[in-house]
Amino acid sequence: MTGGPRRRRIRGSAPLPLLLPALIGLAFLVLPLVALLIRAPWRSMPDLLTSTEVWQALQLSLVCATAATAVSLVIGVPLAWLLARVEFPGRGIVRALVTLPLVLPPVVGGVALLMALGRNGVIGKWLDAWFGITLPFTTAGVVVAEAFVAMPFLVISVEGTLRAADPRYEEAATTLGASRFTAFRRVTLPLIAPGIAAGAVLAWARALGEFGATITFAGNFPGRTQTMPLAVYLALQSDPEAAIALSLVLLAVSIAVLAGLRDRWMTAS
Amino acid sequence: MTRSVRRTRRTLQVAGAGAAALLALSACSSSGNSSGDSSSAKSDSTSSASASGKLSGTVTVFAAASLKESFTTLGKEFEKAHPGTKVTFSFGGSDALAASITGGAPADVFASASPQTMKIVTDAGAASGAPATFVRNQLEIATLPGNPDKVASLKDLTNSDLKVVLCDKAVPCGAAVQKALDASKLKLTPVSYEEDVKAALNKVVLKEADAAVVYKTDVKAAGDRVEGVDFPESADAVNDYPITLLKDAPNAGAAQAFIALVRSAEGQKVLNAAGFLKP
Repeated sequence: MTGGPRRRRIRGSAPLPLLLPALIGLAFLVLPLVALLIRAPWRSMPDLLTSTEVWQALQLSLVCATAATAVSLVIGVPLAWLLARVEFPGRGIVRALVTLPLVLPPVVGGVALLMALGRNGVIGKWLDAWFGITLPFTTAGVVVAEAFVAMPFLVISVEGTLRAADPRYEEAATTLGASRFTAFRRVTLPLIAPGIAAGAVLAWARALGEFGATITFAGNFPGRTQTMPLAVYLALQSDPEAAIALSLVLLAVSIAVLAGLRDRWMTAS
Repeated sequence: MTRSVRRTRRTLQVAGAGAAALLALSACSSSGNSSGDSSSAKSDSTSSASASGKLSGTVTVFAAASLKESFTTLGKEFEKAHPGTKVTFSFGGSDALAASITGGAPADVFASASPQTMKIVTDAGAASGAPATFVRNQLEIATLPGNPDKVASLKDLTNSDLKVVLCDKAVPCGAAVQKALDASKLKLTPVSYEEDVKAALNKVVLKEADAAVVYKTDVKAAGDRVEGVDFPESADAVNDYPITLLKDAPNAGAAQAFIALVRSAEGQKVLNAAGFLKP
């Protein structure tokens, strides 16, 4: 992503063999969203969107995505640092494992989480027996599912930035007497802040849209585990118009966030 | 060299497929048209007549997820009775199947888990003739093996210590559960509203939930991984399963014959063995 050869900006008019597929690509990505706007039931929109279920789902989505991003930051940034700065045997395999949730179908992630953290799961069995904690069907379960799927985005992004950042600053700090942790806190973190921000936004957006792992691991209950994507999916079964309206809300929120953080985003990538 | 060989092979394949399609078309014009608009009672005789004739090609059946086990069996019986035919299935939520049929999916037969979902297809003008109810399905409580929580009635599920999952109200099994609850004036708060009946059942199979309200047939299909508990209120929420030939069926003749098999005494035997009730 970063750290490649410096790109030179191409000036002048683009050749047709490049321009044409580029425009098709643009249309391919944008047209479905435009169709959503065209088919939106604008008249019944106010009624559809003021229902308590929609607000509950939206609120829950925002809270859970933010919590999942926080979890990812706390454990994901150190993980990225480990991958970028410490040489250890099997690092390639660890990196592959970390990025696995990126390519794994989210439903598979949900099943895997059930097997690990479910009431009858490998770890979940003990959580239940010792602390009486069960994660499925709880809001915490939603956060876990979202963090599982979203954290790799953060780790990848932060690791890339760390590799691009010059390690000599850290080394200089340690030779001047700072401990490695102080050097990380005072030198490395500020250095890679834009990369962390970009990764956090990516993770947050991915968590907000997470569906498969959530419905598989955390179930679907309004106000507790029903996030917006679940509400959209289930609305589609009985009331397609409501599903379109809900989709628009999610679209608007996503665009607002990406637009709001555009500057940091651009500097990071 | 190899490329040209591949090309000729492909041409042959296309030609073969075209010929097969033509054969299938002529087969349905001889048997399908005559029975297309007639009542479904008459179609039995038509299809048995054409059975001795030349049924061939693939019959594509879109069927509710709950029909998976029994329809797979019936499909194999059909292929055995009519050599040269092949029955392919797409099992899924009735709503999703209905949506893909009205969206133009090339299917011959649609069997849905509720009249409401069938109505989506008939309203769109995608069905040929009136759909016929071929089985009914009743709800049952699925509990953990051995019923450790001693669930004996629908009311027992309202105990807040129990983790109960239900189907979402948007899908047929959820609507049926709601009907049973309304009829018995019970209020039940589950831990989750699952997206379809198999998802609800699986939460019990995986022991994440203590009980689920699903179809009798699903309990039966799960074998000894769950235990079924009957409850009288389920009589108020029996689902009718309609089946229909689709208007744009690519292989209408063989499709008619398959529907006839489903509705025949033989087909009913298979369906009853899976836990379905007679219509």
